Amino acid sequence: MHRSQKSASLPFIVWMVLFTIVPIILVIVYALQNGGGDFTLQNFVDFADPIYINVLLRSIGIALLCTAVCLLIGYPTAYFLTHKGLDKKGILILLFIIPMWMNFLVRTYAWLTLLESNGLITSTVNAIRHLFGAQDDVRLLYNYGAVLMGMVYNYLPFMILPLYTALDKMDKKVIEAAEDLGATKFQVFVKVVLPLSLPGIASGITMVFMPAVTTFVISRLLGGAQFKLFGDLIEQQFLFTGDWNFGSAMSLVMMALLLISMGLMNRFGDREGGGIL
Amino acid sequence: MKKLSLLLVFVLLIVTLSGCGATAKESITVYNWEDYIDPAALELFTEETGIEVKYVRFTTNEEMYIKLEKGGTAYDVAFPSDYLIERMIANDMLMPLDKEALPNFRYITSWMQDPDYDPNSAYSAAYMWGTVGILYNTKMVSEPITSWGAMWDTQYERNVLMMDSVRDSLGVTLCYLGYDLNTRSQSELEAARDKLIEQRESGVLLAYGVDEIKDKMVAGEAAMGLVWSGDAVNSIKLNPDLAYVVPDEGSNVWLDGMVIPKTCKNYDGAMQFINFMLRSDIAAMNSQYIGYSTPNDGALEYLPEEMTSDPNFNPPEDVIARCTFFHDVADVLDVYNRIWLEVTAN
Repeated sequence: MHRSQKSASLPFIVWMVLFTIVPIILVIVYALQNGGGDFTLQNFVDFADPIYINVLLRSIGIALLCTAVCLLIGYPTAYFLTHKGLDKKGILILLFIIPMWMNFLVRTYAWLTLLESNGLITSTVNAIRHLFGAQDDVRLLYNYGAVLMGMVYNYLPFMILPLYTALDKMDKKVIEAAEDLGATKFQVFVKVVLPLSLPGIASGITMVFMPAVTTFVISRLLGGAQFKLFGDLIEQQFLFTGDWNFGSAMSLVMMALLLISMGLMNRFGDREGGGIL
Repeated sequence: MKKLSLLLVFVLLIVTLSGCGATAKESITVYNWEDYIDPAALELFTEETGIEVKYVRFTTNEEMYIKLEKGGTAYDVAFPSDYLIERMIANDMLMPLDKEALPNFRYITSWMQDPDYDPNSAYSAAYMWGTVGILYNTKMVSEPITSWGAMWDTQYERNVLMMDSVRDSLGVTLCYLGYDLNTRSQSELEAARDKLIEQRESGVLLAYGVDEIKDKMVAGEAAMGLVWSGDAVNSIKLNPDLAYVVPDEGSNVWLDGMVIPKTCKNYDGAMQFINFMLRSDIAAMNSQYIGYSTPNDGALEYLPEEMTSDPNFNPPEDVIARCTFFHDVADVLDVYNRIWLEVTAN
């Protein structure tokens, strides 16, 4: 490597060591200690309690669901955005990115108001339901659906952007060739577009699944602290219970889980060298 | 590489120099609850003493305790509740308060000058006090509420807000069951746990929250919520349909104090701050702003008649008589945490 290139990487290396490597080592050290600082594996034994496993499974479940919903909404959206004849594409993409300029906590607080019974969305939904003869009112806040909604809302851009990148840089001549050879629109999509966009799908899934499975705060605010997710449990260990050793062990379990899922995803994603990650 | 090192040195120089500039001005770091002071009082303090206040907020006692225990940030003044002051004294985390430097301490009501969690107020000076009770919407309940049982009454389906705070929610449940809210009995705690799980499973519970409870009550989002009395006073001001009650079975009465952690950086500044907050006009200002009862006798004359005569603001003797202070349960804290986990994580 050229000397100047080497020194250019210095800030990154310093950053990585200080804010990634050192913290990870600290987490591992904490996880393998008890409160008195002696080596132990007890934290992992404690973790095998059904109460924690259930929360972990719930987190994985809602994260998978959130990822699936994001993919179902995100893929058609990204596909639409790459359409040749589309005017003002830049503005449309900007519209997806603008909400991300605001802190996610602020946006989640907004949902707290939108979804309450007298809130804009709930009262609209109920007004429509009453038009069709419904007598009762639905409540949209403080349930599983509200948590899922908040997650999808927050993580959707992470799905759309890599998908858009993958679809947009696809060589349009390949599609034309397929059409010239007599493929129907459906065949073109299934045999050409979809396989070529796999790396984008893989990185979209990773980018949504990872923050989704570690979600906290969204579940506390929109679920009324009744749908505890794994991220909430870890937060609780650090902020309220004060057992940093056990909290670190839980974080390690989470990290291992993420590494495995990332490894799985990379088998699709990196082959084509596409996507964002 | 040489240029880069030069640049680094330059940057470091700027950082340290500007750091010096900032510390030249005297400052203190204050760690207080959300919505728990009149911001104007902080400005007045800086105006009068020249001491800058770095103001940091917390949501629950437990959260504050962990921050102080684990270090990281040095706080000069903190505002824990009674049972945590007890634990901090036991764990030798507090500086004694030099009463000579606190002339305004004499304004504190006599019984709060010598609370049982901190004899003679050696380490803490009372800031605010109040009760825990039910804030309810008179338009949404069938009759005035007098018992904790209302929070389990299935006619209020998805209409009850509980506090996401272990001592408060467990405490009132223990009261409802007729147990001591400082109990160390495993079976009593398990009974309270089952009661709280029943509240979720029967569909009465709408959500757990802390600071958002008052917003949701004001918005008419739920029939009742578990709140601290000061939040009730403020919410009733915003929505006159609301009422507050300390149920007949008894409840918790609490006292929040100002303390100086051992890790403080500016003891003298912290003492000046505490003395300033104990000044009667300032205590009145804070009390009026946040709605909590002041332990400051001198403040009462600064407060409007409608506040001092309000039983929610100034709880009558019989209400206090049926309420109990929390005490620290450090030896069975694991049991409390476990019970709370089983309630909330299921």
